[in-house]
Amino acid sequence: MHPILGQMRRLGLYLLAWIPITAILSFLLTTPGGLRPAEAAAMAVPLCLVYAFLCLSAWYICRGTPLETSSFSRIAVTHLAAALLISFIWVMMASLLAAMLGSTWEFRGLGERMTHNYPLLHGSGVLIYLLVVGLHYVLLSIERSREAEKREIQLRVLARDSELKALKAQVNPHFLFNSLNSISALTTSDAARAREMCVLLGDFLRKTLGLGEKAVIPLREELGLIRSYLAVEKVRFGARLSLEESVAPEALEYAVPPLLLQPLVENAVAHGISNLTEGGFIRLSVHCDGEGAARDLAIRVENNFDPEMPRRKGTGVGLVNVRQRLLTRYGNRGRFDARAEGDRFRVAMALPAETTETMA
Amino acid sequence: MRGEPKEKLTAVIVDDEELARQVLREMLQAHPEIEVVAECGNGFEAVKAVSERKPDLLFLDIQMPKLDGFEVLELIDGDMAVIFVTAHDEHALRAFEVHAVDYLLKPFSSDRFEAALERAKQRAGAAVPAARELSAAARELGEYASRVVVRDGTRVQIIPVAKLDYVEAQDDYVAVASQGKKHLKQQTIASLEAMLDPRNFLRIHRSYLVNLERVAKIEPYGKDTHVAVLHDGTKLPVSRAGYGRLKALLEGKGA
Repeated sequence: MHPILGQMRRLGLYLLAWIPITAILSFLLTTPGGLRPAEAAAMAVPLCLVYAFLCLSAWYICRGTPLETSSFSRIAVTHLAAALLISFIWVMMASLLAAMLGSTWEFRGLGERMTHNYPLLHGSGVLIYLLVVGLHYVLLSIERSREAEKREIQLRVLARDSELKALKAQVNPHFLFNSLNSISALTTSDAARAREMCVLLGDFLRKTLGLGEKAVIPLREELGLIRSYLAVEKVRFGARLSLEESVAPEALEYAVPPLLLQPLVENAVAHGISNLTEGGFIRLSVHCDGEGAARDLAIRVENNFDPEMPRRKGTGVGLVNVRQRLLTRYGNRGRFDARAEGDRFRVAMALPAETTETMA
Repeated sequence: MRGEPKEKLTAVIVDDEELARQVLREMLQAHPEIEVVAECGNGFEAVKAVSERKPDLLFLDIQMPKLDGFEVLELIDGDMAVIFVTAHDEHALRAFEVHAVDYLLKPFSSDRFEAALERAKQRAGAAVPAARELSAAARELGEYASRVVVRDGTRVQIIPVAKLDYVEAQDDYVAVASQGKKHLKQQTIASLEAMLDPRNFLRIHRSYLVNLERVAKIEPYGKDTHVAVLHDGTKLPVSRAGYGRLKALLEGKGA
């Protein structure tokens, strides 16, 4: 699709730009050209109108010789040749027009008086054509950058989609199977607790499903999610599981990507608590660092584990995922560090403290 | 109970979750011919209970504290029907390679449980290959052990492979040398070799498997053979074939 012919608004602007060109050409034909103003105008107006459309053909040549991939000499030779040729055609038309006008009483002798103006006309024709070539290249690059932008947005949407898919896949099926097994145990021994566990499990699942569409949620909601996750695990592990929370109250409304902390807590249960006969702890601490725009949310998740147990398959996938999401979203403002020291496993993260409103 | 008294079968339940043990206990209550003699919450307890009680049936979870289900099988002897009970289906193949009778996926129905129990009863008493040997051999593809478990009476020792110096074959046993001590384990050197990463452990002799990190130098010994001198001064014989393997490995590493 031609970028100027294809859009009425652009065509209007383009033709508007030809008005000063027409004026200049009339002036040139009068002063150095020696024509009377009326004669000059009678020549310039139809000539410029025709040439405006002739020059639009430059588009096809521009598209064929893109700036990015063609050599300079090729671009120069191609357009110069095209300019000379088109301008020559234009001069032929001018002589035809002059002859026609010259046959009228009003403009008699115009044909002869135009003769010495043809080099001038040819020169300006070449110049104007080259200007239009420049215009087309500008339009081409605008179009290209817009396309790139569109593609980038599409890519970002795709990335977000796959990120969400990865998130949903993270809700560990073994967690579900083990929970269902606990419910199956409780149905005969303690029906009321079985029902309670169904409710807890339903609670947790509903919360994770709702999170899929959101880019960020307040920390308060993420903590709620962790608590309902641990409430379910508590039924399985009983006294073996304990959570120690120390969260600064002002941190609660800051935004975090959904399911940022839950996988870490799930890791702590799967690789920590579940391997400890006497049980273990999970410590979660959140506080704010710095002021104003440099304010950070500092999050730590710590748990003990049995360093003698062999590493299970799948260890680290959840961590890598959290790390990647943090760094993709916050760039160099996001920090992630996970390390084991003795029988402690510690994840420390930092992200800019932003409220959900400023993010939206 | 039906008329004629059946032979009583004994069973041990191993699972780290109380509720999971409860399901099994409850389903077994419908079978008075089966007596639950022990319930264990981790791998150590399981090894101890099984060694002491020698049950006919073993209900075994896989992911547990201390030792996983496969490691428990490595350390116990006797022919018992093993039924794995787990939420993870990815170990099923390995479970059948160690001749498990069945593999119950949590949560399971009582019908499914009855079917497993029926198979186990048929199997109980019949000669089955020692689970121990098979368990060591049935590694997941491309995965090597990160530790070796040994048993001294009812006490279980865990030796990380990095602390393992060498292994010496002694008939049906292997002596696992680590930090100046030798631990006996009922396993063949071949199956132990299969468990360990061949980049770190090399069979230098029919009877010796060595941790390459421990080797200080190789000295000629006699006409055709060599000895490997370890950092602590221990000398191990190197056979001709072993020397060839050693050379091939070192040249491969150097390249």
